[in-house]
Amino acid sequence: MSSYHLDHLQYLETEAIHVMREVAAEFERPALLFSGGKDSICLLRLAEKAFRPSDIPMPFLNVETGHEFPELLEFRDRRAKELGAKLLVRTVDEAIAKGHAHPAPGEISRNKLQIPVLLGAIEEFQFDCAIGGARRDEEKARAKERFFSFRDSFGQWDPKNQRPEIWNLYNARVNPGENMRVFPLSNWTEMDVWEYIKKEKLEVPNLYFSHERECFWRGGQWLPVPPLHTDATKPDPFAGARPKPNESIKKMIVRVRTIADMISTGMIESKTDTIDDIIAEVAAARVTERGTRADDKASEAAMEDRKKAGYF
Amino acid sequence: MPHSHPIELLRFNTCGSVDDGKSTLIGRLLYDSKSLMEDQIEAMEKSAAITGGGQINLANLTDGLRAEREQGITIDVAYRYFATPKRKFIVADTPGHVQYTRNMVTGASTANLSIVLVDARQGVIEQTRRHTLIASLLGIPHLVIAINKMDLVDWKEERFQEIRDEIEDFLPKLGNFRDVKFIPMSALNGDNVVDRSTRTPWYEGPALLHHLETVHIASDWNFSTFRFPVQWVNRPNNPTDHALHDFRGLSGQIASGVIRKGQQVVVLPIGIKTTVKDIWNYDHSMPEAFCPQSVTLCLEHDIDISRGDMIVGLENLPGRCADLTARICWMHLRPLQAGKKYFLKHGTQTVQAVVTQIENKINFDTLEPEAAPPTLAMNDIGGIRIKTAKPLVFDGYQTNRLTGSFILIEQGTNATVAAGMLSAPTEAVRPEYTDFDI
Repeated sequence: MSSYHLDHLQYLETEAIHVMREVAAEFERPALLFSGGKDSICLLRLAEKAFRPSDIPMPFLNVETGHEFPELLEFRDRRAKELGAKLLVRTVDEAIAKGHAHPAPGEISRNKLQIPVLLGAIEEFQFDCAIGGARRDEEKARAKERFFSFRDSFGQWDPKNQRPEIWNLYNARVNPGENMRVFPLSNWTEMDVWEYIKKEKLEVPNLYFSHERECFWRGGQWLPVPPLHTDATKPDPFAGARPKPNESIKKMIVRVRTIADMISTGMIESKTDTIDDIIAEVAAARVTERGTRADDKASEAAMEDRKKAGYF
Repeated sequence: MPHSHPIELLRFNTCGSVDDGKSTLIGRLLYDSKSLMEDQIEAMEKSAAITGGGQINLANLTDGLRAEREQGITIDVAYRYFATPKRKFIVADTPGHVQYTRNMVTGASTANLSIVLVDARQGVIEQTRRHTLIASLLGIPHLVIAINKMDLVDWKEERFQEIRDEIEDFLPKLGNFRDVKFIPMSALNGDNVVDRSTRTPWYEGPALLHHLETVHIASDWNFSTFRFPVQWVNRPNNPTDHALHDFRGLSGQIASGVIRKGQQVVVLPIGIKTTVKDIWNYDHSMPEAFCPQSVTLCLEHDIDISRGDMIVGLENLPGRCADLTARICWMHLRPLQAGKKYFLKHGTQTVQAVVTQIENKINFDTLEPEAAPPTLAMNDIGGIRIKTAKPLVFDGYQTNRLTGSFILIEQGTNATVAAGMLSAPTEAVRPEYTDFDI
């Protein structure tokens, strides 16, 4: 047996670094989507490994729904600064104000509204490529995704007509107005992400560890109680997402398994203080990560429909 | 389970014709290895109660797109992930529909092992030959022939043996598998998938999962010949660390072989011999590196090197030529046009190329090449001669999957239209060395 041997994490790492360098070499104006969540935290370390001692040759981009956990935004801003990267933020609120995005009547979630904001940002900065942290194991429509996922000039994904991806020869060619979404973590599982975070000693937002929080039960999951609305000059961004009188509030020890925004992230009851605790919990989990995401429960093809329209 | 020892990764793909039970087999592996979660099972039960007459359809697990569930077929490559305490697995579920054969090539190109499913009632059909041939052409070292639906032929050993004989008859024509296993099974009922079945007392081999966990893959990589396609030139603009002011690194993924600090290398195509001064990895330097690691090399001499160049060891030099012969699998509805310009991506370099001659096309019934076809259409595999605008530095595909492969891209639409495997070079490059040491 050869002593030249990569374990599975080292294999996934070298594959992802190769993908990131292809992006840097083949595209004129790439961006890296960084939300502060665990998957994009891994992307940052991979970018460091791909490009150091040079600067990471692309800005970070984040689309805010306006319903973010404040501690996540703090973490995002701080990490971008520490890495010396330029962080670009575009928000759903801005897009609604400018008339670029239109909330559906009665719909509280802004998940779908991220689509026009993301597409708008790609157009505004003329990005020809955006690197994202999506993984194929997350959801079954994502299981069909390529590393280099082509989007037409409307930002659409056509799953039945994807470019075949053979060996490690990625076809990165796009015409003006078209763009590519690139997913270096395609082959990673939730467990791989946590094992990598442990191995690389990566900092993650405290939300992933157990903490005390007020929650209420809605739609089959515990949702966090949004922060108080203090600025009376503006409409309450969490209107409709606050507990109703018949939804009682409970103080609980919880953490998040996956972070969307506050109104679509189910909190799980858990006592995990370390990465090892999290790994043990993921190993013992009997539901998938996205089982705690309200946005995916809408229908069997919820993710597929959003992806076709330009979502990540 | 969390594990303390390093764990290997095995990539495999499943192929066969429609309704051979590929998706069911993967569903069974996930289900029986307890890799499925409650919400996935719940979702399957929900759709079973609505549409499936109450029976869980394991294929629904991998058929992720709406059109697939509607038509009950697999359209695109679906990737699945599962782990046992012994190994981690990446599964490419590749469709059997003839019009989607290109996706099988996609799924198989990165696999260590291929599982070809055969319906025990139908026996060997054209798709069986096609998929076995593709696995062989793509240089997949390990092959499993899963003879499925054995319950529908009453678990008869004679039927299993008949099919096995027929496949063993044509396997020598294909050649280069390191090992081939025949396994009788029923994916639907789980026989010989995760556990050995009591219904096949005459079968002495392992259940499929045991084979996947133990098949020897450590020597699948080529550690003998150093090949390093330069992917990205790493030259910091404003390094905060002054020691890095003159840093000039060449980043890439080692395609084959091993490299050590102090080792002599040749930069191609320019033909300059130099020494590896440092092997840099993120924040530290390493004494040696091996394939498929992604590293950054620093060389002794400041040579003008850019993306697309290749750094190689002094022994076993690659070929260098602009007139190439190759096998290609055509992947697009618009057939190959000889004389038309395509982009050819090989390693980290993209050049223009013209197919000058279509030499033959494989007949999947006989597995023999037919001479001088008018064209190659979607899903055809054939031999071509191709001329590139710039010579390629390359190896034959059968000795190096990464430096011997290319894709063709249609100009204008940018569609990936073909996967190509280069024939071995007729002679090695003979650089007229410029040797800085002299």
